[in-house]
Amino acid sequence: MSKVVYQGRSYERQDDETVLRCLLRNGIHVPYSCESGACQSCVMQVTSGEIPPNAQEDLKETQKSLGYFKPCVCKPEGDLEIIALDDAHKQKHQVTVVEKCFLNDEILRLRLACDEPLEYRAGQFINLFNGDLIRSYSLASLPGSDEMLELHIKRVPTGAMSNWLCDDVQVGDQLSIAGPMGECFYHEVDGEKGLLAVGSGSGLAPLWGVVRDALAQGFEKPIILCHGAMSAENLYYVDELRRLEKAHPNFSYFPCLSDVEASELPAGMFSGYPNDVAFAQQPTVAKWQIFLCGHPEMVDQTKRKAFLLGASLTDIHADPFVPASSA
Amino acid sequence: MSQSVYDRIGGEAAVNAAVDLFYRKVLADDRINGFFADTDMEKQAAKQKAFLTMALGGPNNYTGEDMRKGHAHLVERGLNDSHFDAVMENLGATLKELGVPDDLIGEAAAIAESTRNDVLGK
Repeated sequence: MSKVVYQGRSYERQDDETVLRCLLRNGIHVPYSCESGACQSCVMQVTSGEIPPNAQEDLKETQKSLGYFKPCVCKPEGDLEIIALDDAHKQKHQVTVVEKCFLNDEILRLRLACDEPLEYRAGQFINLFNGDLIRSYSLASLPGSDEMLELHIKRVPTGAMSNWLCDDVQVGDQLSIAGPMGECFYHEVDGEKGLLAVGSGSGLAPLWGVVRDALAQGFEKPIILCHGAMSAENLYYVDELRRLEKAHPNFSYFPCLSDVEASELPAGMFSGYPNDVAFAQQPTVAKWQIFLCGHPEMVDQTKRKAFLLGASLTDIHADPFVPASSA
Repeated sequence: MSQSVYDRIGGEAAVNAAVDLFYRKVLADDRINGFFADTDMEKQAAKQKAFLTMALGGPNNYTGEDMRKGHAHLVERGLNDSHFDAVMENLGATLKELGVPDDLIGEAAAIAESTRNDVLGK
């Protein structure tokens, strides 16, 4: 008889019972609907134990690698320790600000040292706390390569968190974060043909991590990164990305300016929104992995367009939080 | 009882292949894509999968009442027979594209058709 361990308590699974049914029988509240592995309402995360393959069927590769599974069709052979997805978001860490640097007029780079090493994937995000204020920021750093956690914070004129970070927080200060969270990271997929990353403003942060992560993992197919801003002064990391482009022939960087006429464009830059430039460069994206971050409307539109142009939904990665543009 | 269409075409793997195809057709169809303008695409794809699983006679626990509740807000926005017909058309086209034989498509269409009154709140 196998056991299910949830929130520190152990439950015996009855013959042929699914993990979901076992939890429900024991009075545990789990949201669910179809009970046939289709609707994904009940998805939870395994922290220890073997998940039968059918319980991960049709989840994203990134989700599978995080141990996500469908309790409603899961009948494990052995014991499983599981957590609700919400619980994964509550683990807090203390970090120390070790660098504060403005990348342009509106974007601040913070580098943070974590008291205990934080296990994360490039492109995931964390929640940052200031008293009752909580905001989500993507990690721009690459584990194993960058020693510090790196955040890109856009100053929003009325943003309580971003102004506090830009004006009041000093090097040496201690901050609280929770995470890592999110599924916006690179994970190899069979038959992948390329990687398309589209971001606006500080939405470059996770993409800077994801692109370097894919390259570090030996990704040899084309990688296209389109980063958009209103004008050249609002871009950042242009030199860094150009250097990356020189070092990796399969990587192409397209800086996109939405408020600059084609005739006024600086050399090597593109006119228009980054999503439009992206699909002009790459009109068919079947079997491509797509990474999106930035203005919510741009992300939504691009997600839909990429899907209609052939990308599979399981290959489109965009975290659901509203990025720093409104914080 | 004979095997369901779901089992005969290959079960969950076949449905997974059908979901993207079907949802892409629905989103590209101007007769009905307005109903999907503000939906979360992942959640919607999961619902499309549940729908396809049901239409193919696969395992599901949906009742007529679920169908009614789940679509009531769309009926308020004007969901009617013409939209249901469009979805049926996309379902047929998807299964055809996947090489499902006509008689099985007919069976799937009959199951989907049986939800019409509940979906449209009649």
